[in-house]
Amino acid sequence: MAMLEVKDIYKAYGNVEVLKGVSFTMEKEETKVIIGPSGTGKSTLLRCINQLSLPNKGQVWLDGEEITNPKTNINKIREKIGFVFQDFNLFNHLTALRNVSIGLEKVKRIEKEAAQTRAMQELTRVGLEAQASQYPAQLSGGQKQRVGIARALAMDPDVILFDEPTSALDPELIGDVLDVMKSLAGKVAMLVVTHEMGFARNVADEIIFMEGGVIVEQGPPKEMFTNAKLARTREFLGRIGALYGEEETGG
Amino acid sequence: MATDFGSFFLNSLPNLLNGLGYTLLLTFISIAVGFFLGITLALGRVYGNKIINGFCVGYIELIRGTPLLVQLFIIYFGLPSVGIIFSPLQAALIGLAINSGAYQAEYLRGSIQSVESGQMTAARSLGMNKLQSIRHVILPQALRISIPAWSNEFIYLLQYSSIAYIIQVAELTAEGKFIAAHTFRYLEVFAMIAVIYLVLTIVSTEIIDRIAKHLSIPGIGAAKRVSLRDI
Ligand SMILES: Nc1ncnc2c1ncn2[C@@H]1O[C@H](COP(=O)(O)OP(=O)(O)O)[C@@H](O)[C@H]1O
Ligand SMILES: [Mg+2]
Repeated sequence: MAMLEVKDIYKAYGNVEVLKGVSFTMEKEETKVIIGPSGTGKSTLLRCINQLSLPNKGQVWLDGEEITNPKTNINKIREKIGFVFQDFNLFNHLTALRNVSIGLEKVKRIEKEAAQTRAMQELTRVGLEAQASQYPAQLSGGQKQRVGIARALAMDPDVILFDEPTSALDPELIGDVLDVMKSLAGKVAMLVVTHEMGFARNVADEIIFMEGGVIVEQGPPKEMFTNAKLARTREFLGRIGALYGEEETGG
Repeated sequence: MATDFGSFFLNSLPNLLNGLGYTLLLTFISIAVGFFLGITLALGRVYGNKIINGFCVGYIELIRGTPLLVQLFIIYFGLPSVGIIFSPLQAALIGLAINSGAYQAEYLRGSIQSVESGQMTAARSLGMNKLQSIRHVILPQALRISIPAWSNEFIYLLQYSSIAYIIQVAELTAEGKFIAAHTFRYLEVFAMIAVIYLVLTIVSTEIIDRIAKHLSIPGIGAAKRVSLRDI
């Protein structure tokens, strides 16, 4: 049984069908990268997985539990699904440390001191122990995103969903964030929407190419980059590779 | 003349202090009660279902759409005819709190809505329920944003609590009128009272500004107070 199973997800906003039957599975500690043109429904898919958006049809299973079932306690489930946002969404009024510890304190009900000790470990893991007492507005974009990753990690999630985690960053700050993500590969399952082809090629166990609300093609990076079955996949990968390069970032 | 005014001032002082006490009582109680009322109404408007939202809108529009004086008259002169009797002070406190609650609700709602939507998304994604998200993430930011408006509301209440003199609450303005009526020294009495209001306004503005600065989020800075003329 897969750790995460997404089964035939449909999602429409009004008359606009955004997701038209998306299915895939993820195993423990696997890294999968989702690529695809903008407006294809990648963010919507991630939001359907942790139920920030409710799919119109289809199921999501996590650890053998159907989390799309209205009877499940979604707050309990979300503890196990980390989310890292394109624009960080750090809590503006809290220090980096409290951003990471607040979930432990308020959701997991861990005592404040223990929560902050754990939060400090996570900040250290992303290289930000020196920034623990700084507020989001005092951090660079790359630091903010690393706090965002630490915040997700602290909850000990089964899987972390990344929605274009480096798209809002200045190019010179992208590398630090990708390095942190790379260091997590194999330790926690990651489902990453990104245009960073270097990361996709070197870190992902599988690449999922989405377009128009469906999965067009999926496979191991090697196969996808050198030997994609569909012309459309080859064309997109060629274009995105030229745009974003595959140089050292995350490679 | 100077000594004459000095002794007049000293003679008036007990009455003025008594009035000042009532003014401060009216102001502090009604801003505090109005605050809790306002937060409840604002949350109801932003997060409530249709029924709760409709109720809150109805309350806010009713109170903001009618003069404070009429509200006080209804509470003090009107309600006794259905058997509900309040003392002047009680009626004034209730009227001012109910009134302030409606105004505070509106700017608290504005502050809540000005917190980026991603904050709620991030809180919910961590596994917080809606109430926890509001309490630990939305309100701490919204309340900071609303301090300047709240400062204006405080000054407004400080001054408009004088309306309570009409229903015989012996607050500052009422005491002034009492002294003046017995001494016919209207100009001096009301000049003294104007100065007292002015000092109170300046001092409370300064205190609230300092609180705002103290609570400001590093890197963002304190929300700026707008002058009463700007709103
Ligand atoms: N809350 C929403 N309401 C209406 N339309 C939406 C909403 N969220 C996304 N969409 C639409 O769904 C489509 C897919 O969006 P999205 O999932 O963000 O794509 P991607 O992340 O692949 O760029 C877009 O056309 C977008 O306008
Ligand atoms: Mg997107």
